[in-house]
Amino acid sequence: MSAIHLDSIRKSFGETPVLKNIDLSIRAGEFLTLVGPSGCGKSTLLRILAGLEAPSAGSVSIGDRVVNGVRPANRNLAMVFQSYALYPHLSIEDNMMTPLRLRDLSTAGRLPWIGPLLAREKYREMRRQVEETARVLRIEPLLQRKPGQLSGGQRQRAALGRAMVRKPVAFLMDEPLSNLDAALRIHMRSELAELHRSLKTTFVYVTHDQAEALTMSDRMAVMMDGDILQLGAPDEIYNNPQDIRVAEFVGAPKINLLPGVIDSAGQARCGDVVLSRVGVGAASEKVTIGLRPEHLELAGGDEKGSLTGRLVHRENLGADLYLHLSVQDGAHRMVVRTAPHEIGRVSIGDDVRFVRKRGEAMVFGADGKRIRLSETPAAAVPEVA
Amino acid sequence: MTDMTLSSSAPSSTARADGYRFSVGETLKHAVLILGALVVLLPFYVMVSYSLKSPAEIMQNTGGFFGAQEAFRDEYCVKLGKDVADCMVTPVIYNYTTAFQKAPLLRYLLNGVIVTASIFFIQVLVALPCAYALAKLRFWGREAVFGLVLFCLLIPVHAIALPLYIMLAKLGLTNTYAALVIPWSISVFGIFLMRQFFMTVPDDLIDAARMDGMSEFSIIWNVMLPTAVPALLAFAIFSVVAHWNDYFWPRIVITGDRSLFTPPLGLREFKGDADGDNFGPMMATATIIVAPLIVAFLIAQRRFIEGITLSGMK
Ligand SMILES: Nc1ncnc2c1ncn2[C@@H]1O[C@H](COP(=O)(O)OP(=O)(O)O)[C@@H](O)[C@H]1O
Ligand SMILES: [Mg+2]
Repeated sequence: MSAIHLDSIRKSFGETPVLKNIDLSIRAGEFLTLVGPSGCGKSTLLRILAGLEAPSAGSVSIGDRVVNGVRPANRNLAMVFQSYALYPHLSIEDNMMTPLRLRDLSTAGRLPWIGPLLAREKYREMRRQVEETARVLRIEPLLQRKPGQLSGGQRQRAALGRAMVRKPVAFLMDEPLSNLDAALRIHMRSELAELHRSLKTTFVYVTHDQAEALTMSDRMAVMMDGDILQLGAPDEIYNNPQDIRVAEFVGAPKINLLPGVIDSAGQARCGDVVLSRVGVGAASEKVTIGLRPEHLELAGGDEKGSLTGRLVHRENLGADLYLHLSVQDGAHRMVVRTAPHEIGRVSIGDDVRFVRKRGEAMVFGADGKRIRLSETPAAAVPEVA
Repeated sequence: MTDMTLSSSAPSSTARADGYRFSVGETLKHAVLILGALVVLLPFYVMVSYSLKSPAEIMQNTGGFFGAQEAFRDEYCVKLGKDVADCMVTPVIYNYTTAFQKAPLLRYLLNGVIVTASIFFIQVLVALPCAYALAKLRFWGREAVFGLVLFCLLIPVHAIALPLYIMLAKLGLTNTYAALVIPWSISVFGIFLMRQFFMTVPDDLIDAARMDGMSEFSIIWNVMLPTAVPALLAFAIFSVVAHWNDYFWPRIVITGDRSLFTPPLGLREFKGDADGDNFGPMMATATIIVAPLIVAFLIAQRRFIEGITLSGMK
């Protein structure tokens, strides 16, 4: 197994820069997700890694070998495409056999009819590998069918199978679940994660769906406009985003953002409500305060530091109930998570009071970067809520 | 009671009205189409009918479609000094045997097959890589090259026939199969048609093939060709029909050697004979020449139509 390194990768199509100086080290055996809104250059980065696209600058290395000039097939990577890209005229078995045939057979052995006779031993071995992979993926009964005769989920497995048979250094997957229906997509998440655990091979997974990134990956890289904004474990990305764009992108429903200022005491406040403490030296700076829906709770009475909003929509997901509130006379929308039993009899149009749970708020400066919280103990500054 | 009968009869009566509704528009459309079909089919009707009738029936326009099939005297046979009784022939048999005897029609048919098949084969050999490059590879000047392809579509062959002939003559290639095949080996129409089709093939499929280790040429023959079968069929129709029926070009480059005649050239054998216009055998030849195309069409009718609609839509 080998690690993969991308060093100062740049890519432009014509005049438009698509990737701006990307550095990324992928550890051997990890499940790394590239996540970001569509058009941010994830696929381009993956294709550069695969060798399907040449970078404008920078180097790609697999293990210790720089592979910039190496043809895609010789990088020993396998790719799963969003559209599956199975050969429509070949049976699933032949589809899965193709990469092996091209890698292991001589020109003579690839000839139709005569080939299987010349290289009988190799064909037997290849067929054994195909069958073994098919068993792992539970697609044995489908081997003789054409891709057109399969459902989306089955095609997905067949495409995975074609990638798996060659035992690559890493699997590259470009939105492999996007063409599946919602239920199957969620099912496949856990299945892919299990597959990764059993194969112990590197997975580089591209998606625009932050939920997939959070649920499946060991580490995720959040990309935006051709840059990697933050790279880290899903927990870290979710709980500790370093950039306001990361905070906004990750998490559903989205994080609530309120404009605020830092007062002389070093507290971030929105209006007269103190929401967080921040480090010193940033007084009166304009900031944005981020509060995730689960960091808010309904206030019992007229508690100090509580905010009021008018209920405009309630979204009941069974276990959770999301209240959409319009605050500051409709200037902002906030979402508060509660449990259905907590809310009682609130109806649309009513005023709801809610407070921040202790210690949970993120403050971002005017440049969108996170402002570090001060380490001073709670007693030093009169804390609210 | 009345309610029940009403409700039970209502659906069936509307269904009937749906099935047999008379529509002026539809009737008019069909009338026009039938008229068009008649105009197109009439020459074929005459061709087949003449190939069955005796010269007298053809001249006097009698005998309906099949003719009376009464034996008549073959004047040519009599001229050769044979006994009159031996020279009595049935029209159908006479027409078709003469067609095969007076000219080596089987040879012409074989030539037709050799020429059209080689032309189509070479055209595909050239057009697929060109179309693939124009549709899927990024290179400098691609749009300009495609513009040239479109431009070439506008040049009629008759305009360049003379220079082509002179070139072939200088190379000493007139009166060879090569002269019949070479000028058609690059079909811009084929390149254009296949390029349009390849544009619809997803890039992912090609990238997958590259990841699997196929070379670009291998992608053309092992991935693009199998997916392009419907488009190739459409192209095959255009190519084979055009070159099987071509009279103009073989007439120019095949000047002496009758063993290189293609079927349409064979038709000429019956024109301006010493013994007048021999319409019966001539129409028999014509029938034999068009038969292979018609039979091929009937066999592969569904796929032909699929192919044509495909080329028309995309
Ligand atoms: N072959 C290409 N030619 C020109 N622009 C391209 C090409 N491929 C991608 N792009 C552009 O690069 C940007 C990033 O594309 P992509 O990597 O596919 O985004 P993502 O996969 O994150 O949605 C897009 O704006 C897209 O228009
Ligand atoms: Mg993409």
